[in-house]
Amino acid sequence: MARSNKPILWFPFAAGGLVAALIIPVLILITGVLVPLGLLHLPYEKMAAFAHNPIGKLILFGAVALPAWHAAHRLRMTAHDLGLGGGVVVKTICYGSAWVLIVATAVTLIMV
Amino acid sequence: MSRRPYIRKVERGWWLGHRRYVVYMIRELSSLFVGLYCALLVLGLVRLAQGRAAWDGFLAVLSSPLGVLFQLICLAFAAYHSVTWFALTPKAMPLALRGEPVPPKAIVGMHYGVWAVVSLVVLIAAGI
Amino acid sequence: MSENVTLEILRYMPEVDSEPHFQTYTIPYRDDWVVLDGLNYIKDQVDATLSYRWSCHMAICGSCGMMINGEAKLACHAFLRDYRHGVIRIEPLDHFPIERDLVIVMDSFMEKLSSVKPYVITQEKKLLSDGENLQTPLQLMAFKQYTLCINCLLCYAACPQCGLNEKFVGPAALALAHRYNLDSRDDGKEQRADVVASNEGIWECTFVGACSEVCPKHVDPAAAIQQTKISASLDWFKARLMPGADR
Repeated sequence: MARSNKPILWFPFAAGGLVAALIIPVLILITGVLVPLGLLHLPYEKMAAFAHNPIGKLILFGAVALPAWHAAHRLRMTAHDLGLGGGVVVKTICYGSAWVLIVATAVTLIMV
Repeated sequence: MSRRPYIRKVERGWWLGHRRYVVYMIRELSSLFVGLYCALLVLGLVRLAQGRAAWDGFLAVLSSPLGVLFQLICLAFAAYHSVTWFALTPKAMPLALRGEPVPPKAIVGMHYGVWAVVSLVVLIAAGI
Repeated sequence: MSENVTLEILRYMPEVDSEPHFQTYTIPYRDDWVVLDGLNYIKDQVDATLSYRWSCHMAICGSCGMMINGEAKLACHAFLRDYRHGVIRIEPLDHFPIERDLVIVMDSFMEKLSSVKPYVITQEKKLLSDGENLQTPLQLMAFKQYTLCINCLLCYAACPQCGLNEKFVGPAALALAHRYNLDSRDDGKEQRADVVASNEGIWECTFVGACSEVCPKHVDPAAAIQQTKISASLDWFKARLMPGADR
């Protein structure tokens, strides 16, 4: 048996789990309840200013990239539990999707 | 007398056989909705980068009936993820203070406290 | 009370059976009986061919683990009165080959257990003349819980990953490795890591938690494994970011 390299996948998964637990519910509350009800407004100027700010970029990146990785790794493990195999196809779909989201987030935040 | 050990096959639907494993699957499934909501957030960031008109279009999608329904489902699963994650943390990170183990309830309570503070900060920043 | 209770037991006698099949027995109900008492009654009075492991009858030897109504339990720890209403279905522990009736083949577990080097490993050999190892109550408290395992294998039967991958080192072996890694007298974490931190070790675990739920001694192997994941991850990053730091 050889020492596994799983930590490189697991550690961001664990961090993402904590970040997701702390920040995702309130974000959905804002975008899915308060904004549609008109109790909160997210005007373009305010959002763009936040995304322009380097700290804002860091926060936005962390709030999206880490939970996305968490979901990808967890779904890969769950696919194995469901008998869908732990092979290349599952890994590509799961981690590939996460990378698409992560890269898209990074590129967009750099460009904004 | 010769030995002939019998190997029982594990069915693909093994998790349906016991409530505990069904609950486990639901817990794992919660991460799917966290991921889907992240995809929605990324879409929002892309629209933000594309300018005011695109951003306003995104806000309209958020407020559409389908958009709200999708997000409410995500919210339910995201909250379930938070609750189950906090509940498991004391097992992964036992703490000891002055030689005595910190009771798991305190560790979980601390997480709920941080959750409340973070949520409040985000709401205030968003302009509540 | 002349009540009866019905047991449905999975039988398998390789010399006559091509595969396992259920056999039904009706035994007297006694309020203070456990399932093991029922099995002993069957063996003594009804059907002497029934095979099963048991010894202490007090949940400390770990011999009588079996599936009772689909749940991994010690037969001496499952009271008839809790199953009184309905048929009690008894099968050998899940995820192990069946040797005969309720007896499973546990060779794979014995190998997994010894593979984690479950003994104190010191950096320097200590002589008897050096005196005894000193350990404070606080140091003992750090790992005591993980010493309580009775090797009953209920955790392996309950763990879905054990069912999906027979090579998974498993909850009890990993909890025992953790017991030694946390022992203040031990320096062997690095030596155990080749097995513990392998793909078939802690990384096969997805924290279902069933192992800790069924454990009759409250060892909490799930906690042991998650703590080891954090420790192994930190070691992994340390080895790459600060090579030579631990030597």
